[in-house]
Amino acid sequence: MTDLTHWRRPLRQTPFHPRTAALNRLNLWGPWGGYTTALAFDDVAMEHTAIRNAASVYDLCPMVKYRIRGVQAAEYLNRLTLRNAGNLPVGSVHYTAWTDDAGKLLDDGTLFRHGPEDFLICCQERHLPWLLDSAAGFDVAITEVTEDIAALSLQGPCSASVLRAAGFAIDGLKPFRMANFRFAGGTLTISRTGFTGDLGYELWTSPDLALPLWDHLFEVGAPWGIRAIGTEALDLARIEAGFIIANMDFVPASQAVREDRARSPFEMGLDWMIDWQKGHFTGRRALLAEREAGSKWALVGLDIEGNTPATGALIYTGKGREAGFVTAACWSPATKRNLALAQVGRRYLTGPLQVEVYALRELQYARLMLAAEVVPRPFFAPDRRRATPPGDF
Amino acid sequence: MPIPSSEIIVIGAGVNGLACAARLAGQGHRVTLVEAASAPGGAMALAHLTPGIDPRVAKDMDLARHGLTFHPELAATLLSQNSPHLTVRGGEASGGDLDPTEVAAFRNLHKRLSRFAAALAPFRAMTPPRLAAKGNEWGKLARLGLGLRAMGKADFREFLRMILINAHDAATDELTDDRLRGLIAFDATLGGWLGPRSPNSLILYLNRLAMGGALVPKGGMAAVAGAMAQAAQAKGVTLRLNARVARLLVEADQASGVELDSGEKLHADLVVSAIGPKATFRDLVGPRHLDTGFYTAAGHIRARGATARLALSLTAPPDFRGADPAGRLIIAPSSEAVERAWNPVKYAGVPDRPVMEITLPHAHDGGPPRLTALVQFAPHDPADKAAAKARMLENTLTVLEDHAPGLSATIGETEFLMPWEIEARYGLAGGNWHNGDLAVEQMLFLRPMAGAARYDTPLPRLWLAGSGSHPGGWVTGAAGWNAAGGILEALR
Repeated sequence: MTDLTHWRRPLRQTPFHPRTAALNRLNLWGPWGGYTTALAFDDVAMEHTAIRNAASVYDLCPMVKYRIRGVQAAEYLNRLTLRNAGNLPVGSVHYTAWTDDAGKLLDDGTLFRHGPEDFLICCQERHLPWLLDSAAGFDVAITEVTEDIAALSLQGPCSASVLRAAGFAIDGLKPFRMANFRFAGGTLTISRTGFTGDLGYELWTSPDLALPLWDHLFEVGAPWGIRAIGTEALDLARIEAGFIIANMDFVPASQAVREDRARSPFEMGLDWMIDWQKGHFTGRRALLAEREAGSKWALVGLDIEGNTPATGALIYTGKGREAGFVTAACWSPATKRNLALAQVGRRYLTGPLQVEVYALRELQYARLMLAAEVVPRPFFAPDRRRATPPGDF
Repeated sequence: MPIPSSEIIVIGAGVNGLACAARLAGQGHRVTLVEAASAPGGAMALAHLTPGIDPRVAKDMDLARHGLTFHPELAATLLSQNSPHLTVRGGEASGGDLDPTEVAAFRNLHKRLSRFAAALAPFRAMTPPRLAAKGNEWGKLARLGLGLRAMGKADFREFLRMILINAHDAATDELTDDRLRGLIAFDATLGGWLGPRSPNSLILYLNRLAMGGALVPKGGMAAVAGAMAQAAQAKGVTLRLNARVARLLVEADQASGVELDSGEKLHADLVVSAIGPKATFRDLVGPRHLDTGFYTAAGHIRARGATARLALSLTAPPDFRGADPAGRLIIAPSSEAVERAWNPVKYAGVPDRPVMEITLPHAHDGGPPRLTALVQFAPHDPADKAAAKARMLENTLTVLEDHAPGLSATIGETEFLMPWEIEARYGLAGGNWHNGDLAVEQMLFLRPMAGAARYDTPLPRLWLAGSGSHPGGWVTGAAGWNAAGGILEALR
């Protein structure tokens, strides 16, 4: 394959592909950020069970990654993102987001501080032009490193035990902290982060160490039932944890075609991130104005009667007026509740809500109007996710 | 905002800065006008003619009392190399063995275009409308819309047909005489970065008709600057010369003053920038106080000059084959000749036969023989600047010699400014007269850019008032006057 024939194979394979392909008994793949990735390996319920009861491994490589380096890297990130990157200690990670001039979300992601002048952004969508435009006048170098890093997410109550067995001393690692370890002649960075709301870690290394890392984890993790999981199982876990994803729960402003689709941090429940005191950042004036004038939408968690997932459902008020829509939904195995994330017009939040679900039952849709209650997120947040040292399960 | 008297800094004592400062001071505000050069006037010195100071400015500043008077309006003489010259005064063409039917055709075209220009003229005197419904002066807009419609169905349809057409097509549709077509082609494109066949070039001609004819101030363009500075000071404006602004001061997310390159800080309630929008946002404000999208867009304001300026001192008055030396002398033999002079500039080249507008200052105010010419088209950023300049000058002088045999032998001092030199001397981005191409896509609510088209900017208490804003350049002061109106409205 050359630069001119790349279209013959439109999706790339991640460095873990030889292992994920061998395990993928369902041959169920989906595109993600230009890569082919496993949606499920053999049984979504068992994969979800691994996340909540054992140890699960998820191939994170397609996550878009940008390295930001330079003496003004922190100042630059303060201009770009909502939170104060200057307050992020070296060796720490925080969850952040960024907006366009109008204060509408472009993406959310995690920011890793590897050094005083060395950061890594991980996010769902690609933003290089925006990051470069934002860098005008700042002494920073920005490079996309998505293909230079192989990453795995190791999540579940037994994930710490697996890492200990693998020879990594992670007992002192607190949530949102990271540490570097020697591995197979190279470096492995382990951060206590994840997208499941459970005890878990993300492992970052160079692509040439991808397969040795995978093999090592599966060898030492066998006693804890370590299991590869696909995107479908992860999606269940992230809904339980109440996490949102660009292009699933909101449309990035840079991609929105319809004028009313873009959403602000206030509308996606991310306004807690905004540091109003750090100085100017892109979108600040628009967000200040929104803070004064009020927002149109709210992202809420819903607890819905019954056990039929309300995927894609429209939401109505008790009187039948359209009030919003579900962005993600599942029957949650961990909480045994019928959960959803939804965008609801703020003015409808006080009254009763119902969701309109079309349930497919043996080739025939049944229309259900199910009562829905706004409940706090996360839906599932076990204490073990924060315990340091992590539990020995 | 403090009422009634605010401390206001206006940056740049060009025609718009002066007009804006004077209007603000006239309303009781304490205005300091800071100018980098040692004399007021700015890029006015580039011009050798003015369409006339905006009547609102001239009246309010009482410029006549401060000594500003003009010679009678100049007729255009369309210079020929070997046949009688053609003279055009308004819509009346005479001489040059012109066919009487062509005289009538030109008169009709001029009349029609003047009607269109008159319908558009009121837009020049207002803050550009907003695309959003909120915040528009709907009453005024409705009146202007009615004014357009009042020209009648046939005329209105013709107006819509012509408004975005190119000057070459308009001229060739209606005229048969190459020289008259050349005049329209030249006047439409003077000071722009486009040729007569470029899309939308006719609207620039309409804009010129809306402003008025060609005037020479008594005492030259310096007299305009002098009179306006005097008038502004009489209204209470403090004029500070040799004061170059290094950066804008920002406190609590608001413009709070300026820092001069001497390090001196001047504080104010409002800062008005009458220099170019690109320089204002990119250099004075900088990225740390502006959103990424806006700052990037400010860098993309298109600003390219294609006009070179020639000033010759001569040992003898030039003779353009008997042409009236007090006229506006045009060398633009046809619309095609103008287009051909434009073609190489698209590729940073130099035309073989430049087209130009010439005035002879000594014919108006006496003194030693001089010649000034605005020469088109010149590349604004050629690879080899020295070679491009030498070639441009040589070709210009050849064309001049062809039309005024013997002129070359009488040349004393020569000053020839290419667009990049104009940028260096006057701070005009890209050497563009209007501090941003005056073109349809950078007009009205798109001038200089979305988000800053109504003279206010995303940075609170920073305003724009220069030629980069609506309605653009030329020595009229309209942009500065409009901006002051917007500021006064906001302060009320």
